[in-house]
Amino acid sequence: MQVVLLAFDWFFLIEKLVLIIGIISVSLVIAMYETYAERKVAAVMQDRRGPNRAGPFGILQPLADGLKLFMKEEIIPNTSNRMLFVLGPCLAMLTAMMTSAVIPWGGNIEVFGRQVSLQITDINIGILYVFGVVSMGVYGIMIGGWASNNKFSLLAALRGASQVISYELPMGLSLIALLMLTGSLKMSVIVGQQMDGWYNVLYQPLGFLIFLICAFAECNRTPFDLPEAENELNFGYHQEYSSMKLGFYLFAEYINMFISSVIMATLFWGGYDIPFVNDAALMERIGQNWMALLQGLCLFAKTAIFIFLFMWVRWTIPRFRYDQLMNLCWKRLIPLALFNMILTAAVVLWLKK
Amino acid sequence: MQSLTSRARPVERKPMTFVERLYLWNIWKGMMITFRHIFKRKATISFPEQKRPFSPVFRGLHILNRDEEGRERCTACGLCAVACPAEAITMEAAERLPGEEHLYREEKYAAKYEINMLRCIFCGLCEEACPKDAIYLSETFAPSNYQRKGLIYGKPDLLIPDPKENPEEYRKALGNRAKKQEAN
Repeated sequence: MQVVLLAFDWFFLIEKLVLIIGIISVSLVIAMYETYAERKVAAVMQDRRGPNRAGPFGILQPLADGLKLFMKEEIIPNTSNRMLFVLGPCLAMLTAMMTSAVIPWGGNIEVFGRQVSLQITDINIGILYVFGVVSMGVYGIMIGGWASNNKFSLLAALRGASQVISYELPMGLSLIALLMLTGSLKMSVIVGQQMDGWYNVLYQPLGFLIFLICAFAECNRTPFDLPEAENELNFGYHQEYSSMKLGFYLFAEYINMFISSVIMATLFWGGYDIPFVNDAALMERIGQNWMALLQGLCLFAKTAIFIFLFMWVRWTIPRFRYDQLMNLCWKRLIPLALFNMILTAAVVLWLKK
Repeated sequence: MQSLTSRARPVERKPMTFVERLYLWNIWKGMMITFRHIFKRKATISFPEQKRPFSPVFRGLHILNRDEEGRERCTACGLCAVACPAEAITMEAAERLPGEEHLYREEKYAAKYEINMLRCIFCGLCEEACPKDAIYLSETFAPSNYQRKGLIYGKPDLLIPDPKENPEEYRKALGNRAKKQEAN
């Protein structure tokens, strides 16, 4: 019995723990600097300078913002449902972080003579897991809006919930078309196929476009930020929130943005593959660990481009009206995604004949 | 009704064309506009390091002037206080004693001279009323303060530095507006 206990692979546990802590802290830091980037991008697009007082180029600004949020008074409205009120932001944060578990952040690295995969878990239903966790994100909004016991928050929560659920449909349909090509739900397999061949976006341009639009809607980013509509619903579901609970909601939004950018990069733009480079030859030259580092950086570069796109769109176009939002989803995107799916299926069948 | 300018356009309420209904092309056009703005010149002035130049007719904080020998020009005649539409100026006159000739130009001087910067509207009528060129408005503005009494400026706040003791500061405080006045 004791022998069996000792035979447990402790290195595996430590390796995964280190990986989880690393990935979570990286996504937190990235979410922090996304707030900075957002303000800078907004500023340069409006011919302003943006934050430049805290530290060189204002890079300490996110720390100052975080400190400010911590220092604020914690207010829980006395008519609210206390338990749910606290649960809302926790859930939003939790679901935002959980998705990162199945994303391959790079190739294998060699530590103390062991092959360590830069992916927390390579489950064979990778995409389904992502999908499941993302749909749980709507609970953060719903619970927050409901527990605030306030008409504006409730309206915003209802809007948000119906929006997120609606946009999951075309997102799923566009993914089905992609999965017909890859034949696997495993994230590592999808990336591996793209490393050998072309990127999926070349086979699925329409699918990518639909996925992109739905990702905007799922992250509640402009032009789909109806749940927090500042001017009509007083910041929507986080109206009653203050201090770090508000901070968690805002943070969860930025983490969601980061994670969905990573997923888009992974599914459609080759993941951690270094573009225009023969991977095997480069691996020979610089060794496995350096290769994994380069691949990770490559994935982050692709992600950064998507994050910039998110911000670029946000500071360009206004918000959709609610009926326009629903029309776009049910009358345009779903038929388009269905068409894309059937077309893909037909082509796949025709080529296999 | 005839329009005043040629810029007025009636609102178009045509149904959207197919391309417009796709949104994407128009969104792309909008995005190109915002992208171009990234490279445009920034309108911001980084304030403490960089200051916006005042125009030559700017009327800012008051300065009580001295003559070339460093004597106060003000004789406490009270014309500025009378001219002031906001009634911001109060003063108390005193007689110059023997031995004070190097301090005051005339036989009478202002022992107390106060301007309430919260009342002042910076119209410059005091400057125009002054027969001795003793008061003029400079190219600075009143800094903010935590208390009302901090914004009632007395003689120590308003007097220009002595041109004999520190001529450099005197010239700096004199600025452009005072020179114009001396020429008159």
